[in-house]
Amino acid sequence: MTDHDRHPEPGHRLSRFRGLFRGTLPVLRKEAIHIRRDPMALFVTVLIPIIQMFTIGFAIDTNVRDTRTTLYDAARTQESRRLIERFINSDDFSLVSEVESDRALNEEIVAGRASVGIHIPPDYSRRLLSGQTATFLVLVDGSDSSVASQSLNVANAIALRESLERSIPVTASSRTLPVEARPKILFNPDSRSANFLIPGMLAVLIQIMTVMLTALAIVRERERGTLEQLYMTPVRPLGLMIGKIVPYAVVAYAELSIMLFFMRWVFLIPINGSLLLLLLLVIPFLITMLGLGLLISTRAQSQQEAMQAAFGTMLPSIFLSGYIFPIDTMPLFFRGVSAILPTTYLIEIFRGIILRGAGFQALWKQTLILSVMGLILITVSALRFKKKTS
Amino acid sequence: MSAIITNQLTVKFGDFTAVDRVSINVEPGEIYGFLGPNGSGKTTLIKTLCGLITPASGNGQVLGYDCSRQADEIRQRVGYMSQNFSLYQDLTVSENIDFYAGVYGLRGERLRRRRDEAIARTHLEPYLNRRAGRLSGGWKQRLALACAFIHQPRLLFLDEPTAGIDPVARRDLWDLLFQLSSEGVTFFVTTHYMDEAERCGRVGYIYLSRLIANGSPAELKRLPEVSPPGTRRLEVLTQSTSGALAAIKRRPYTISATIFGQSIHLLMDQAVTLRQVEDDLRAEGFAAPQTREISPSLEDVFVTLTDALREDRRD
Repeated sequence: MTDHDRHPEPGHRLSRFRGLFRGTLPVLRKEAIHIRRDPMALFVTVLIPIIQMFTIGFAIDTNVRDTRTTLYDAARTQESRRLIERFINSDDFSLVSEVESDRALNEEIVAGRASVGIHIPPDYSRRLLSGQTATFLVLVDGSDSSVASQSLNVANAIALRESLERSIPVTASSRTLPVEARPKILFNPDSRSANFLIPGMLAVLIQIMTVMLTALAIVRERERGTLEQLYMTPVRPLGLMIGKIVPYAVVAYAELSIMLFFMRWVFLIPINGSLLLLLLLVIPFLITMLGLGLLISTRAQSQQEAMQAAFGTMLPSIFLSGYIFPIDTMPLFFRGVSAILPTTYLIEIFRGIILRGAGFQALWKQTLILSVMGLILITVSALRFKKKTS
Repeated sequence: MSAIITNQLTVKFGDFTAVDRVSINVEPGEIYGFLGPNGSGKTTLIKTLCGLITPASGNGQVLGYDCSRQADEIRQRVGYMSQNFSLYQDLTVSENIDFYAGVYGLRGERLRRRRDEAIARTHLEPYLNRRAGRLSGGWKQRLALACAFIHQPRLLFLDEPTAGIDPVARRDLWDLLFQLSSEGVTFFVTTHYMDEAERCGRVGYIYLSRLIANGSPAELKRLPEVSPPGTRRLEVLTQSTSGALAAIKRRPYTISATIFGQSIHLLMDQAVTLRQVEDDLRAEGFAAPQTREISPSLEDVFVTLTDALREDRRD
């Protein structure tokens, strides 16, 4: 074969276009061998997110139930027992001990044996029956804020109900309260934390995996000097980039499918919307993350640096994307940060499709934002990558 | 047409001039040795010639292509082997060769032919299924070479190809270079080994980013700076080499003296006899000194030239 055969006519547009991607296939094949050659690394990469999924899915329950409660009933009357009854009958409190003094009540809470202490004073019934305001003390351990606020709310509700029922004379005609809210929780009727957490977690785990794998794959070559060798060959930057990215995109996609399978059949979270739509809308996110990984790889000199950078991008995605903590309660600045995190939008898409059965017309905005982000990020990193290459 | 020709080629990294007005000319089929201390600009020059770095001024042509504008053309036609083993350690020998063959776009019959030839030339046949990481240093270099010339380049850049491999592997590698060179392949080789430099058709010596010597080893040894008229060069053997060096340096007829292993290389006035030097050493208490006249080695050449440059700077 002569040189003429190897180098297409300069005017040939298709060949020139294909020339931009020169080297894609050999790089892709080589990368696939790397992955195959190190089954342990692949196994760990795939397994760790699944282990995280199981841990988080089974262990975390953000609903406050059965708060450990201690009681000091100094009144010991029919009325005080009725009040205590109300506390015990709610799902929120569970009585773990009964004490005989204020001090002992305090100690129970300080020692952490109980999170809530109820003190009913000796004059509770007397004041109640004489028409005065009867008070009782609810001590709440504030060191766990979600337990504290939930306990306060429920305690107030119990007191309110008790008051109402006592102020409104119970007659044959009206045995119930005049107004009552009948809440109905949509999409997650049992308020299961897993249903709320797992779709968000899928987004976060896919992100860690994609960013890290891409960044490491390129930095590893730089560290070993093979990248320099590649630069001296006719491989074009785009060919190198695509050849390196695609295998890891495939791995990430497979991982997502495995996790969706576990979500459906182990955590029994039904996918109310279209699975196909979900798998489609995740693509712009994957492109964004691959771009991010690539961007990290153009800066990081060692694998360790790349790992740190990848983890650095993780933290905001965990805390500010709405994965665990609601965005609505954040200060304006952090809401702004969460608005530029791709993860925020993927979580909205996942929750929308999986929990609410949302269709594309409800999610096109998020998809558009992710697509724009992906396009920008992959272009910027490709340009930086190209600049480094030539 | 020259394989490589540069004209006042200059490369800058910010304020630092890594390659300073270097002009070289490498003929086709030649083995050109490029020497110089670490950090003097050898690798930078290679990268510039392959179009990875854009020169600040001057220009260079490789195989007739301009190195700053036609990098792609150049990269398809040259091979490069870097100083560190930079193949994929977890891939087998065969997979490494196939990868580079793929990168250079070899297919079908040509791929088979080139692959067989590269393997036959480097004798890698028995190791085809071994992971590259498990090869010894010499075999790794053979593999690197096989990958670098899989696409039948007309020019090969070898950046310290024999660093850290044993002498036998080193000679085998050079035998292979000579063989390829006799078939018309041009080599641009950087090295720190003087014996390798002696085997090159021509050598260039780069020091502090500037090319300070360029020519065949014989030409360089005849340079007036190296062998000034009216001087002779002696090899002096005594016990206590360092003591003798100090004594010799005090003599008025000494122009320069340097330690080479167990001996001293002395450049001195031609009018003084060998016997005179021996007598002087004996007078200083060094028993049984031996002297003989030698022609300068390449190392003498480079030491003399860099010393001269250092003195220039001091003036």
